[in-house]
Amino acid sequence: MTPLLDIKNLWVKFPTRTGVVEAVRGISFSLGRERLGIVGESGSGKSMTGRAILRLIRPPGIIEADHISLHDQDLLSLSEAKMRAIRGQKISMVMQDPKFSLNPVMTIGAQLIEAHRLHSKSSRAEARTKAIEMLEAVSIRDPERVMKAYPHEMSGGMGQRIMIAMMLIPNPEILIADEPTSALDVSVQGQVLSIMDRLVKERGMGLIFISHDLNLVSQFCDRVLIMYAGRIVEVCDADKLHQAQHPYTRGLLGSLPRFDTPRARLDVLQRDPAWREAPSVEARP
Amino acid sequence: MTQPMTPALQIDGLNVYFGAPHESFHAVKNASFTVEKGASFGLVGESGSGKSTILKALTGLAPQWEGTMRVAGQQLGAKRDRRFYRSVQMVFQDPYASLHPRQSVDQVLSETLYLHGASNIDDRVNRLLEDVGLGSAFRFRYPHQLSGGQRQRVAIARALAPEPEILLLDEPTSALDVSVQAEILNLLSDLRAEHHLTYVMVSHDLAVVAHMCDQAAVMQNGEIVEILSIDAMRNGDARSDYTRQLLAASANRVA
Ligand SMILES: Nc1ncnc2c1ncn2[C@@H]1O[C@H](COP(=O)(O)OP(=O)(O)OP(=O)(O)O)[C@@H](O)[C@H]1O
Ligand SMILES: Nc1ncnc2c1ncn2[C@@H]1O[C@H](COP(=O)(O)OP(=O)(O)OP(=O)(O)O)[C@@H](O)[C@H]1O
Ligand SMILES: [Mg+2]
Ligand SMILES: [Mg+2]
Repeated sequence: MTPLLDIKNLWVKFPTRTGVVEAVRGISFSLGRERLGIVGESGSGKSMTGRAILRLIRPPGIIEADHISLHDQDLLSLSEAKMRAIRGQKISMVMQDPKFSLNPVMTIGAQLIEAHRLHSKSSRAEARTKAIEMLEAVSIRDPERVMKAYPHEMSGGMGQRIMIAMMLIPNPEILIADEPTSALDVSVQGQVLSIMDRLVKERGMGLIFISHDLNLVSQFCDRVLIMYAGRIVEVCDADKLHQAQHPYTRGLLGSLPRFDTPRARLDVLQRDPAWREAPSVEARP
Repeated sequence: MTQPMTPALQIDGLNVYFGAPHESFHAVKNASFTVEKGASFGLVGESGSGKSTILKALTGLAPQWEGTMRVAGQQLGAKRDRRFYRSVQMVFQDPYASLHPRQSVDQVLSETLYLHGASNIDDRVNRLLEDVGLGSAFRFRYPHQLSGGQRQRVAIARALAPEPEILLLDEPTSALDVSVQAEILNLLSDLRAEHHLTYVMVSHDLAVVAHMCDQAAVMQNGEIVEILSIDAMRNGDARSDYTRQLLAASANRVA
């Protein structure tokens, strides 16, 4: 099977006053019609990897790669206009900062209706019905009120769910979801995950699921990349995450608080400078 | 001390509304709870159930409320003064919205320290950054140059700067990876022990609440459906259906 997306030797760099920050350092991976998890500590380059695929790194940041191929087309060679079409139709991303991706001066309803009409040329009334269905699908309790509300009037978890609804409207081939459920309680989280799951299984969507929740990723995803300092340090089947070998992954697992067994202190990670220098693991077939 | 201590926080019959009077939305319905000085109280429950709104009403960010709220015995009115913010600080749920985009980390922290009359500001800024695991390399960065978790740590450092007695923590670690979460939770536990701080902590992660708190209120649809001890939670000793459901759903997730 040829992958949907294939990335070779991706770098993201930011020149700053105090030198160049290398946020992503030469990673390679591919995505099929699967649920691919990316985990790793804060600052390890997860969000920048997702944004780089869509060429959404703000200047002065620089993206370099041998290729970022969607099917067989290298996204790095496309014009900005072509790239916009890819972003609207083929690859959607749920950003880590959901409320910032919504228009603050437009009601939620107007934004959902607009997104829907842009995509399917439906009538206003149809689009409205669809929008309400989408909100119900992500377990919003009172969709009629939410349609009339502005983004700042939403709770943290409601903002996340609205963004997910929004990103699924164009029926993308690939969804990049950056911490999409970090503000959701377990039951709502389950409902949102099952929507994404259905899209992968029924429509063959490829999902990149960025999260720091190791238990969640190991239960929900098929495959997991573990990032550290801009590199991939380990790749494994999601259900084997708890047997992961790399000391960094083991350290991450060890620092989780447990509901059933109280502990006075949580173990913190002892970082080994050698981890930074180890070459990135290839996660391509 | 023979007298019983005044609780750090007493909330009684709190109702909070949003929007114009004729179409206002009743976000918190008749909520009551008490947090003793030095205790750590959890708020858990459904997304959109009013957890953040309770904290916002306390800090004066949700002006339409009725009921009584007392901090260290003092009844709160419509306005909050600087003294209030020296003793009560909040870490907001959304690390992206809570930092000013044009202020560097250094400016955010120095200004807060200055406002609260601190001395040795330079040393204190470095110390605060160390405490939240960032280090001085981040001192002159702007918010857009930080990852989500790094921003949240700046927000936590800012809340700690005035050395408050009560910290209101709204999902303080949900944007953080587990290793940083462990560092922050340990730091918060140490600070509480050293300075006898009082915490109110909102989290959707029951393992985090169980680790940090002694008691928690469970919310659904604007109401507190139940207040229970963490031991009761661990033993599955819940009275309300919703709490039982929440505990069951979380139990499945514990690996
Ligand atoms: N504009 C910028 N200038 C300089 N450094 C930057 C910039 N944007 C991001 N970085 C740095 O790049 C690194 C990777 O950031 P990224 O947002 O990908 O982290 P992340 O893995 O998503 O972390 P988190 O889990 O905290 O969201 C971080 O160390 C961050 O500080
Ligand atoms: N400024 C506002 N204007 C109107 N309604 C608001 C406003 N802020 C919050 N609400 C509404 O109040 C309700 C409670 O919101 P709140 O933010 O307290 O929820 P929460 O329990 O913190 O949820 P989450 O876990 O998702 O953050 C929601 O239905 C929300 O839409
Ligand atoms: Mg991120
Ligand atoms: Mg909230």
